[in-house]
Amino acid sequence: MNSRLASEIFWLSLEHAELVLITIAVAATAGLPAGVALARRAGIRRWVMGFANLAQTIPSLALFGFLLPFIGIGKRTAIIALCLYALLPILRNTLIGIVGVDAAVRESALAMGMTPRQVLWQVELPLAVPSIVAGLRIATVATIGTATIAAAIGGGGLGVFIFRGIAMVDTPTVLAGAVPAALMALVADEGLEWMERRLSPG
Amino acid sequence: MAAILEIQNLSYAIDGRPILRDVSLSVAESETLVLLGRSGSGKTTLLKMVNRLLQPSAGAIRFEGKDSGAWDAIQLRRRMGYVIQDSGLFPHWTVEANVGLVPKLENWQADATRHRVEMLLDMVGLPPAEFRLRYPRQLSGGQKQRVGIARALAADPPLLLMDEPFAALDPITRFDLQRQFLELRRTVRKAALFVTHDVREALALASRIGLFTNGALEVFTPDEFRAAQSAEARAFLATLQGEAS
Repeated sequence: MNSRLASEIFWLSLEHAELVLITIAVAATAGLPAGVALARRAGIRRWVMGFANLAQTIPSLALFGFLLPFIGIGKRTAIIALCLYALLPILRNTLIGIVGVDAAVRESALAMGMTPRQVLWQVELPLAVPSIVAGLRIATVATIGTATIAAAIGGGGLGVFIFRGIAMVDTPTVLAGAVPAALMALVADEGLEWMERRLSPG
Repeated sequence: MAAILEIQNLSYAIDGRPILRDVSLSVAESETLVLLGRSGSGKTTLLKMVNRLLQPSAGAIRFEGKDSGAWDAIQLRRRMGYVIQDSGLFPHWTVEANVGLVPKLENWQADATRHRVEMLLDMVGLPPAEFRLRYPRQLSGGQKQRVGIARALAADPPLLLMDEPFAALDPITRFDLQRQFLELRRTVRKAALFVTHDVREALALASRIGLFTNGALEVFTPDEFRAAQSAEARAFLATLQGEAS
């Protein structure tokens, strides 16, 4: 492998990681509070989850294409589209984690005189942590894969190799993008799974 | 004796279906009023109205001489220990943290809380050195209920609300805990509202027995209850027959 290729792999991997990190940060900033809020409101929960599920079914290439006329090409468009996909697992796992807290635990927390805010921060959220981290893990791994399509709209990242390889019908170039992306996904998966175990309460 | 808790003409209905009708009772200091009734008879509903987890449809509740609605709900609950069948211990907190919950909420000094927790664990028969740092999943069912009782007593509330606290235990452990409860009552002298569907438990623990029949409540002394003629009382007493007399 020549050094020019190695350095290109390095920089595109970095760009790829940047896309993923910004996406997860934005999706978590929106998804975590939304999950907490929805846990308290059974009524609108169905509507929001239905919408989130629907957004998830749109093919990613189509979504990128759909956003183009509105936001144009580039990283920003890519990140917006990626966020729409990352949001659902984060939102859903936050919700499930909180709703899944043992009813007897929640009831006695209230009955012992904790305020709703104390119940949330001291009981529900700590007990929901494994589920929330699992949601972040699912979102991160999926985003690392989907982010390769960002190159199609000028978002950069490892997808640049993949699209270039397809255009040139050159498998090694495709692999130069696919293998680092797969490795990145594996590392993220292992790392977040470790965190999930570490943060499991009790 | 002054009444800690007075309930007058309390009714509760869900979607127009009455659960409790015109229930009145009072609990005096250091008295155990056992609420006896079948499943679904409204016993638990009544407890939850006392600590304002539920709002009554009609009627009045007075706690420590003050109308329940005039209390801040959070303060009211911290003056009532609460023990339930499933213990409701926080699985991510140690025994020590669980028992120290209300003192912590009330901003006690760490030292005072620790002494109180150790004293209570000793009192419920769990040596602190052995149990203080355990998590609930490292406890047996009986030990969890002991921790639950210690937690309820932690901030020295004048009233305990106990919702079938021993119902899920094996008979030997249950008997143990009932005896311990009687002993505790002699030492700490708390008023208790104790819900059960077990007439034997009711007779063993009660200062007085409140029997639920179709949402209405009738209160007896244990002796009156043994001689009661109502169909529901006879039905409960019949479950005692066949035992050595």
